[in-house]
Amino acid sequence: MTDALVDTPADVEALAGKSVDVAEHLSWDSRARRTITIYIPLSLFVIVLLFPFYWMAITAVKPDYEMYDYKKYNPFWVHSPTLENIRKLLFDTDYPDWLMITMVIATAATFLSIFASVLAAYAIERLRFKGAQHVGLAIYLAYLVPPTILFIPLATLVFQFGLFDNPIALILTYPTFLVPFCTWLLIGYFKSIPYELEECALIDGASRLQILWRITLPLAVPGLISAGIFAFTLSWNEFIYALAFIQSTEKKTVPVAILTELVTGDVFQWGSLMAGSLLGSVPVALIYSFFVEYYVSSMTGAVKE
Amino acid sequence: MDATVVTNVRFVPRRQESWIGKLFDSKPFLVALCLLPTTGLLVVFLTYPLGLGLWLSLTDTTIGQQGDFIGLENFYSLFDDPVFWGAVWYTIFYTAVATAGKFALGLWLALLLNNKMPFQALIRSIVLLPWIVPTVLSSIAWWWIYDPQFSIISYVLVNVLHLRDHYIDFLGTPWAARWSLIVANIWRAIPFVAITLLAGLQTISPSLYEAALLDGASGWQKFRKITVPLLMPILAVALTLSILFTFSDFQLVYAITRGGPFNSTHLMATLAFQRAIPGSQLGEGAAIAVSMIPFLLVATLVCFFGVGRRKWQQGSGND
Repeated sequence: MTDALVDTPADVEALAGKSVDVAEHLSWDSRARRTITIYIPLSLFVIVLLFPFYWMAITAVKPDYEMYDYKKYNPFWVHSPTLENIRKLLFDTDYPDWLMITMVIATAATFLSIFASVLAAYAIERLRFKGAQHVGLAIYLAYLVPPTILFIPLATLVFQFGLFDNPIALILTYPTFLVPFCTWLLIGYFKSIPYELEECALIDGASRLQILWRITLPLAVPGLISAGIFAFTLSWNEFIYALAFIQSTEKKTVPVAILTELVTGDVFQWGSLMAGSLLGSVPVALIYSFFVEYYVSSMTGAVKE
Repeated sequence: MDATVVTNVRFVPRRQESWIGKLFDSKPFLVALCLLPTTGLLVVFLTYPLGLGLWLSLTDTTIGQQGDFIGLENFYSLFDDPVFWGAVWYTIFYTAVATAGKFALGLWLALLLNNKMPFQALIRSIVLLPWIVPTVLSSIAWWWIYDPQFSIISYVLVNVLHLRDHYIDFLGTPWAARWSLIVANIWRAIPFVAITLLAGLQTISPSLYEAALLDGASGWQKFRKITVPLLMPILAVALTLSILFTFSDFQLVYAITRGGPFNSTHLMATLAFQRAIPGSQLGEGAAIAVSMIPFLLVATLVCFFGVGRRKWQQGSGND
């Protein structure tokens, strides 16, 4: 696919973003070519990537008779929108509880992970002890251990600790994948803060912890925010631990609850399912939209060399 | 950085050095203190379970009953289990096809996004949505899209475009279900690949393309000799992470098919879950999970040796 796109020199120039300005002043031909090689494929990408969300949203507000009758009603539009599905979800199920508990778990796991990661990242990046590189690498490797090979032994461990069916089990286990990620992000961030500032403070007689608390952390706030967003989003989205460690209906997290509590019997309540998915996506989407700048830049920044 | 931050901070000079002050000034103590929370969490909830998983795979533990050591019995029985081999095969197939798809499309999208265009920032942020939203929730949307009776894809193909005369049973037959899951997986991962590669593309200095232009390089040569090699380090990282997480995928398959129809779409992770938790055979489930480790190790080693040289994970400021 890529090959086909960049076969001609003009395409590559356009893709490299170099001669774009020049190309725009050239003939109609290059404008048409630009439309075909860039705008049309890009619009297709955007449509395909966003369509499931549109479909989710439109299904959530459709009354049942429209949802299951494509002959009479155009499925792409809703003729008489209803809040019935959402009302059912909020008042006939434990949905508010699930939202609440997911929020609490995600927030607690985020703060715990940020606390641990800040200290670890500071030690690795700033205290400059022997073997710091290796500790950093070990923490990074922990990120590569996927939860799917850990959930069975963790389930027995959680059971032994008496935490089975207790949200605390999730708060304690989520940091296993949050801490490596946040530490890695914060190491990069601390590196961008000039060390001279700390040296000055050392000369002024500040202790190491004072430096961390009063100099490095205030300067690292953007890094902390992006690590926090990542951690919150990842905890909100986590599925397998929540599925394996929590049993009671009212303690489930949103993703697990929608899949296990709303899918009952053979007849799926698609309206409520879509409404639940939509509402469960909104908090992360909102947080994301507020901090999108941090998010994209930290993502690119973290991966960038 | 705001220099006034520093000048405004006043430190209380320490008049007398108590033992506790001295303790907090000693570097080894501080290092240990700072690393304690992370190490504690990771050792208790990651390293120990990893070992425990290995041990469990050698026992016949079931839920609620302490198992006995039975050696490689679990592995022998898995070896004769066609469902297990089906899962191994589909996991590899799923990983290979989905990874190829998401990188081809993701690279294409990254190249498209690297152009100057109106609403650039907005477009870049909305294409990330599939990656932000909880996988299970978007999977449920896909499940509805794949509904046998009310699939919107079938509707478009049959009633709008008249390309087919009957609705497709996306999740009812093994092969259709396998491909449907792969499509949903690719859809979810395209934004991640695209944004990561876009970051890589933006680090490539435009002067290289200018130099190539002066030397009379063709567009394909520039792509082949400048873009690809300079994108390689980041591509290797993204590829390895992507392979790792696609191979150990669970949510998408569990949400859409739960391994059906006829166990044809089981990934190793979903099979491990099914045997261990609803089937309560913890030992056998652990054995399936442990069989994933060799594959994951190979992927990690590729990551380490392919990219370790660049020390990319340590952030900026490397040579």
